[in-house]
This record gives sequence, C-alpha cells and structure tokens, in this order.
Amino acid sequence: MDFSFTEEQSMLRDTVASYLADNYSFDQRRAALKAEPGWRPQVWKAFADELGILGAAFSEEQGGLGGGATDNMVIMEELGKALVVEPYLPTVVIGGGFLKHGKPAGADELIGKIIAGEAIIAFAYAEPQGRYTWSDLKTTAKKDGAGYVLNGHKAVVIGAPYATHLIVTARTGGGQREAQGVSVFIVPKDAKGVTTRDYPTVDGFRASEVYFENVAVGAEAMIGPEGQALPLVEKVMDEAIAATCAEACGVLRQLHEGTVEYARQRKQFGQPISSFQVLQHRMVDMFIQLEQSISMTYMADIKLNDSDAERAKGVSAAKVQIGKACKFVGQNAIQIHGGMGMTDEMAIGHYFKRATMIEAAFGSTDHHLARYETLSLGKAA
Amino acid sequence: MNLDFSPEDNAFREEARAFLADSYPKALREKQERGEPLGKEDYLSWHRILAEKGWSAPSWPKEWGGTDWTPTQKYIWSEEQARADTLGILPFGVAMLAPVIYTFGTEEQKAKFLPDIRDGKIWWCQGYSEPGAGSDLASLKTRAERVTGDDGKEYYIVNGQKTWTTLGQHADWGFFLVRTDPDSKPQAGISFLLIDMKTPGVTVRPIITLEGGHEVNDVFLDNVKVPVENRVFHENQGWTCAKALLAHERSGIAGVARSKRGLERVREMASTELADAGGSLLADAFFKRKVAELEIDLTALEFTELRTLAGESSGKGPGAESSILKIKGTEIQQRLQELALEAAGHYGAPFLGEGGHNSGVGPLHSIDTAGDYFNGRKTSIYGGSNEIQRNIIAKMVLGL
Repeated sequence: MDFSFTEEQSMLRDTVASYLADNYSFDQRRAALKAEPGWRPQVWKAFADELGILGAAFSEEQGGLGGGATDNMVIMEELGKALVVEPYLPTVVIGGGFLKHGKPAGADELIGKIIAGEAIIAFAYAEPQGRYTWSDLKTTAKKDGAGYVLNGHKAVVIGAPYATHLIVTARTGGGQREAQGVSVFIVPKDAKGVTTRDYPTVDGFRASEVYFENVAVGAEAMIGPEGQALPLVEKVMDEAIAATCAEACGVLRQLHEGTVEYARQRKQFGQPISSFQVLQHRMVDMFIQLEQSISMTYMADIKLNDSDAERAKGVSAAKVQIGKACKFVGQNAIQIHGGMGMTDEMAIGHYFKRATMIEAAFGSTDHHLARYETLSLGKAA
Repeated sequence: MNLDFSPEDNAFREEARAFLADSYPKALREKQERGEPLGKEDYLSWHRILAEKGWSAPSWPKEWGGTDWTPTQKYIWSEEQARADTLGILPFGVAMLAPVIYTFGTEEQKAKFLPDIRDGKIWWCQGYSEPGAGSDLASLKTRAERVTGDDGKEYYIVNGQKTWTTLGQHADWGFFLVRTDPDSKPQAGISFLLIDMKTPGVTVRPIITLEGGHEVNDVFLDNVKVPVENRVFHENQGWTCAKALLAHERSGIAGVARSKRGLERVREMASTELADAGGSLLADAFFKRKVAELEIDLTALEFTELRTLAGESSGKGPGAESSILKIKGTEIQQRLQELALEAAGHYGAPFLGEGGHNSGVGPLHSIDTAGDYFNGRKTSIYGGSNEIQRNIIAKMVLGL
C-alpha cells in the first residue's frame, strides 16, 4: 500500500503552489474577476510556457510529460487552494479526456495546441431540461452529406466565454432520454451559427448559454462512435468529477485552516473563541470531513482505470462524501467567522461559494447517492 | 386546550385576506415578482397603507395605536401576510425601538417618536453591533461623553464605530448603545441614545456581502453631538433597554408563516423541475423525503411557537423560549434555501448581480436561489448567534 506521490508529482505540486503563491493572491484574483474578460490569459500562458503543467497529464508521444489522472489530481488540488478560475478542468481534464479516449482525427494536433496554451475547450453537455442525466438531449446533429448539422441550446457552459472550441453532446438518433443515439462533436466556437450569451457564475467563473443554429460540421468533428458515445461521456465525466473532488480538497483545506486560524485570533467574552468547546468540536468535525474527503479522492483516482462499473461506483461514492463535506465545512466556516464571514471582502466567503457550487457540479449529492445505489444494489433491488 | 379558530377569528381572517388583496400596491407586487431590488419608498409605502388601516403596529398598547389583537389574531395576520407574499413591515422602528420607548421613555419621547414610527414617517436603523464585539454585545466600545454646549444645554459627544447596520443607508434616525461609564462592568455603564443620522460626524459606509448585495453598513461616529434628551431611560442603564429589545427581536425571528409560504414555493419549484428519473423533482424519492422532513420540523416549530404565544398571553414574557424559536426558525429557513438551490440544478450558478432579473438566463424561480442561500447564512449568526442561543438555554432553562 503506497499513498505517496512520485518525485515528479511532488515537484509538480511545488511548482504550481509556488507560482500561485506569487501570482494568484486573493486580491489579484478579485480584481481579475471584476474586470473583463474575467480571467487572466497571462496566467494561462504561464501555465503553458513557464510551468508546463498543461501537458502534465498527456503522454510523451503527444508532447506531454507522460502523467495521468494523478497528476491532474495534484494540480487540481492546488488550483482549488487558490480558487483558480482559469479553465484547466474543461480544457485539459475534459477536453484532453475526450481527445485521449475518443481519438478523433486531428486529436494529436489539438492536444499540441492545448499543451501550448493555444486551444481552450468548454464542454457543452447540460441542457435546460436535462438536469444531471447526460443522455437527456434535445440538441440534434442531423447527417448532412459527409458531415452533420447541429441545432440546440446548451445550459450553463462553464468557460465558454473564453473557449476556442466547444465539445458538444447531441443526438444523432434515439429518443430524448435514450442511451442510444448520443454522439459527441468538437466545434470551433467561431463556427457559423454558434451564438452565446455570456455571464459570470456565483463562484467567479464565466459561463454561457450556447445556441446552435444549423451549425455545419464535417465528419471529422465527431469524437467516439456515432450514436454510441454515452460510455465515453460517462468515462470523461467521471475523470472530471475525480478532478473536481481534488479541487474540492484544496478548497476544503483552506476553509478549515482559515477557520482555525480565525478562531485562534478572534476574541469574545475575553478569550479566543477557539477556547470554546462547542467550536473546538465543530472544527474537529470539519477536519474529519476534510480527511475523509482526501481519502475518497485518492480512492476515486485509483478506480479511474477499473471497469466502467467500478470506476463509476468509486467516483460517485467520492462525490457523495465531497458534497456532504462541502456543505458541512463551508457552512460552519461561515458560522464560526460570524458576521465577518458574510462579507465579500474576506476570502472565506469565496471558498464557501466555490464549495457550494462543487456540491451541484456534475451531479448533486443525491444524484450520486442514487447512482451508487443503482450500481451497488442493482436496479431491481 | 383548544386550537380551533372561533367564528370571530375566522371573520378576522376573511377581513385580513380581503384587505391584503385590495390594498397591497400592484406596482410593488410586480416588482417583487420580477425579483427587482426594492428601495426605501417601496417599504415605506406599504407601511403607510397599513398605518391608515390602523394595523401598522399590532403589538403596541392601544393608546399609541396598537390593535388589541389576541395572540391568535396576530398569528392569523402573520399567516395571511405570508400567504399574500407581502413585504413585512421593517422591524427596527415598530417592533424593536417602539417597545423600548413606550416602556422606558419619557412622555416627551413617546409623543415625539411613537406616532412617526407607527405611521412610517421615519426610517430607523440599529446601532448595536461593533467590530470585534459580535454576539458579545456588552463589550461595545463606542464612547459618549457628557458635555455642556455653548448654548448651555447638555450633550453627549459620541465617538466610535457600529457595524452590520441593516439598511442603514436609508436611515433617518438610529438607536445606539454607547458606553457612558468606561470604568464599570461591561453591562453597566451603557446608555441608549437616539441619534439623528443627519447629525454632522455620522458617516454610513456600505458593506458588500458575499452574495454581492448591499444590505448592511458600517456607521462611523466622529464627535457626534447628541442632546441629552435623546437618551432613553437612565444614564448607564441602557442595558435594560437593550435586553428588552433583544427579546422582541428574537421573538419575531422564527418566521413560521414565511417559512410555510417558502415551503410551498419550493414545492411549486420542484414540481416543474425535472428529476433525473424523468418525473418531477417533487416525485424524486430523496427530494420528496427532505421536503417532508422539513415540513414536519416546521410543524414542530409552529406548535412550539403557539405554545410560547399561549404562555405570553397568560402573562409570561418572552424568555429563553425565544431562543428555541430563533435556533429552529433560522435552521429551517436555511434548509429551505438549500432545497431551493438544489432544485435549481445548473441554473443556481449564473450570477446576475443586483437587478439581474431581466437577464432571462434560466427559469425565473432559479434566479435568486444562490443569492438567497448565501445571504441566508447570516440568520444563524445575527441576533445572537445560534451558539449563543444554546448557551442561553443551557444557563437559563437547564441551569447548567
């Protein structure tokens, strides 16, 4: 049994942490989020050129450093600690995931652009009616000669305002909620017929409603098998969830440490509030939630290469733990900070907002509990 | 024990319902439905309509414009207002300050302030909390020194800072706790002052809260000159007023009627949102269960409040029981906000800022869910945090 990281992974963590310590203070982040375009392309460029982390999880043949999901986990945890909004998850984890597993024509070229920081990807999967059922799709891709024509509306596409490419799920057949008939396409964002409505999200990202109106793409735009791409979507989503769990560990760590630190300094009734037993026990419970979350994130990471069912079970179990921890640790961090925790000026509230959004990201706690139940007990049970 | 409504109660309910239907301003209702931010006039206009009807201060003594309603009638009134989704009357003047004035104030103070509070002519804010004090209210540091002015009259010169002053940006007057004797024990040496917010030296600065709203403020007091006749009750005995006021603040905090309406709204929302299984979210086993559990907890709170009300009407003042109402009431409000945000799914994420109602991103019922959830975390912190409320019950009820 070995839970230690390789020397390369430890170095990767240190590199990211030290860059973020120097360049990603709360105030710098805040200023960037309030201005346009709402993120810092120069940070992204530094990720590509100075740090080289955008290639960490790609193979050496693809121009990467030969790492994998664990490297994503290490990076995502550090990004979580600094509340980084730059699109590592949609571009490298999700976009890279589709390109690695789906192997569409031109994948290696696009991966090269991702590693160089030139291509940014957003994943347009959700639809207004679909909630967390990835196969609930009204968006269609109709065969047209050798290519396809896309029509539909995608909801809350994180990172779309700054993306160069969109990865889109669409129906090439089957009924609205059927597993059969789901296909995946990669579409340049500037393709004719793509329009977006951009807005910020409560946790500081930028997102869009994306509309496809008779968007024509070639056959090479398809990722994975036609009409049979749902397992691929599930696999990439599970990798995204595992990475998000790692990000959450970073967020939770800051929420917990920030709270302990604050409680040591804040005095009430003539003593630090950290001396009140009721608050001590609360902070211990927060700590336990954090540790359990780290354990479950490792577990999910290890199961990413298992069979589909084992992978899905592991990831859903981790997401349930993370969802509960985000709620408990986040809410109590604010409560223990008292009125100060309610202010926009203090970082703690921003960690709480990210934690809260992670609860719902890629499926709520209830969604993953139900998925786990089905996988664990079978549908008939 | 009899929990039936009498024919008089039912007649009163009819009257209240009809009045609300006829008199609530249409423009205000539409603004609320679109989720637009409300201004000073929006709040005060409804207050004035209620005052004309004679219903703006139901709890007051009859001679100052109270209604002499029974506790049951007050309960019915709060239910009907929640059912009609009306704005509440702002508590600062009517529910918090006025009882202090009619209990402890001079005849001049009663005559000067009570009619204006009743009629919604003045906007009041509360100057209790201070940076670093929080629930330890008695540790307040704002100083008031007594001096004789050039005109031969006596004044207090007030210096210090207040914080979390809710809607203080609109306030005409504020009621403040200040330290008039720095050498005595924390609770002694505090006085209760009424301060005209236009007095030179009073500065109000916005505090933006984590959901992006401007509801609370810092208030800076820099050599503010306050006539001595604006002190309520004796010098150095303001804590008596403060305690009485806090008990009133806490008794309104349970918010049962509003939570019942909130629960209905969550049901409506969940009946149109789709669950993963394809049916409505309200048919989803997990969600349905949480709604049911919340409803049961809300019922328990409602009957606890009714028991407290019954106790009050038989002469017991609001005591440590109000701490139970505060704890459970705020927990339930927060769980409702959690459920609404959960029901919103992906559309809980867009941040549209103040006035973002016209954006048309996602369904209307989702737009405020995240903001309400984040803003709602304050309820277990303010008015004496829920940890402090548990301490109160431990000490005063359990004798620990």
